[in-house]
Amino acid sequence: MKRWIKISWVSVVFAFLYGPLLVLMVFSFNQARYTTAWQGFSLEWYQRLLGNQQLLDAFFNSLTVAFFSSLVATFMGTLGAFVVAWYRFAGRKLFFGLVYSVMMSPDIVMGISLLMLFIMAGLTPGFFTLLAAHITFCLPFVIVLVHARISGFDPAVVDAARDLGAREHEVFFRIILPMILPAVLAGWLLSFTLSLDDVIISFFVTGPGFEILPLKIYSMVKLGVTPEVNALCTVLFILTLAAVLAAHVLIKEKKK
Amino acid sequence: MNERQGFKFFAVFLNMAWFAVFVLVPGLMVVVVSFLARATGTFFALPFTLSHYRELMDPVYARVLGNSLIYSLNTTLLCLFISYPFAWLLSRAPRQKRPLLLMMVIIPFWTSSLIRTYALVILMKANGIINTVLLATGIISEPLPMLYTDFAVYVGLVYSLLPFMILPLYAVMEKMDTRLMEAARDLGATGFQVFYHVVLPLSLPGIMAGCIMVFLPAMGLFYIPDLLGGAKTMLVGNFIKNQFLTTVNWPFGSAASVFLLLLMVLMLGIYFFLSSRFNRNQAS
Repeated sequence: MKRWIKISWVSVVFAFLYGPLLVLMVFSFNQARYTTAWQGFSLEWYQRLLGNQQLLDAFFNSLTVAFFSSLVATFMGTLGAFVVAWYRFAGRKLFFGLVYSVMMSPDIVMGISLLMLFIMAGLTPGFFTLLAAHITFCLPFVIVLVHARISGFDPAVVDAARDLGAREHEVFFRIILPMILPAVLAGWLLSFTLSLDDVIISFFVTGPGFEILPLKIYSMVKLGVTPEVNALCTVLFILTLAAVLAAHVLIKEKKK
Repeated sequence: MNERQGFKFFAVFLNMAWFAVFVLVPGLMVVVVSFLARATGTFFALPFTLSHYRELMDPVYARVLGNSLIYSLNTTLLCLFISYPFAWLLSRAPRQKRPLLLMMVIIPFWTSSLIRTYALVILMKANGIINTVLLATGIISEPLPMLYTDFAVYVGLVYSLLPFMILPLYAVMEKMDTRLMEAARDLGATGFQVFYHVVLPLSLPGIMAGCIMVFLPAMGLFYIPDLLGGAKTMLVGNFIKNQFLTTVNWPFGSAASVFLLLLMVLMLGIYFFLSSRFNRNQAS
């Protein structure tokens, strides 16, 4: 009896987490346009997506922003995590305080504060404002992830390298970087999905000239449920899934 | 400056400068603007005033804040109630099964909350799956109105934020030493006593972390009431969004944002207070 309750609690929660997503995916292959009844397997909606230039543009824009913002965030975050883990300096506590407060601060506040900043600076909302905003919210995740890995290995390795005459950037690029590479790649992949999926912050910092996929989906969903949106959401979900699984494999690697 | 110093300076400076420009400066702007007067054309102007905060206490707006707090509080409690046993069972699952189960929580954690909200719309609309199934099986004779209700908003909030409660709980529970519970048992504690005096205090940091990660975002997720709620449902997030994009009243919207920031500071303060006390207790 007790075992029965345990198993059903876990199953019901998993069903709750995955049920709606499964339904979404199944219905993206449904031929019917207006009813929820199953009327046969069809790839029609995916074909329509490929024919919709606006959506393809938004998708391409999203991928571009996600690619560059995750790249910059990973580069900066890795350097930052390295220095914080390796050196003692006065601003260390402040640095971590900042990292955690950025992670915890509500998206909506970050969104409107960046909106004010960009407008006051006279910038037109578009690609570059979006890029800056996405780098900002990805950076803390990279720092925390990479920092966790750096603090996990033996500092003697670095001392040895220094004793053998390695210079500081050599220590970083030839000793540390190869050792932390899995965490760096995981940070990059997770930043990529964070950027690709963000709605709230992007909502405030992009303009009509630069549409991205999540906001396009948001405006389509407000108009109603359509099979095209089902297909679009399925594509985005699969992308996220692939990135998260890959990141997971990379993080796990160290435990072997 | 030698090379080592230079490299260190460069790496720290890069990150610090970025946070200063894109977090500290905009954050300060929010605080300052919330004390300024509204102005057309320039968005805000001197003199300094407290009028926006007074206006927030006006019953019309106080109700929005209050309702949003209630939504957040209930969502947090619901998530805690669902997640606590769930995380516990996961943390006690056979060692080789745990990574897979954990992965199944991590996937929704990273999946776009907008997509997940949309999936709920498909399920709950009048001719959606739930109603179709219930009608077909004859359990109901007319479609249940689910979408555009408070119920739908709660389902949406809990659905979006559940993984944020499960993961911190799981993290503390997995590290818990089973011997402590065995010892309590040996000393004659009942199941409830073991839970109340051993498991619960040890999981407190996880509970706090989970509550912060659910409570704060639940105030801001404006698209959930937009897509699932009725016209009257409004979170602080919707309110702030309207102040910035519809009525273009930056100072008033900033004041509401300061309210959220204060909540964040308060919750983090409680968290650090409790966790430092917790660590001291652990040490002694």
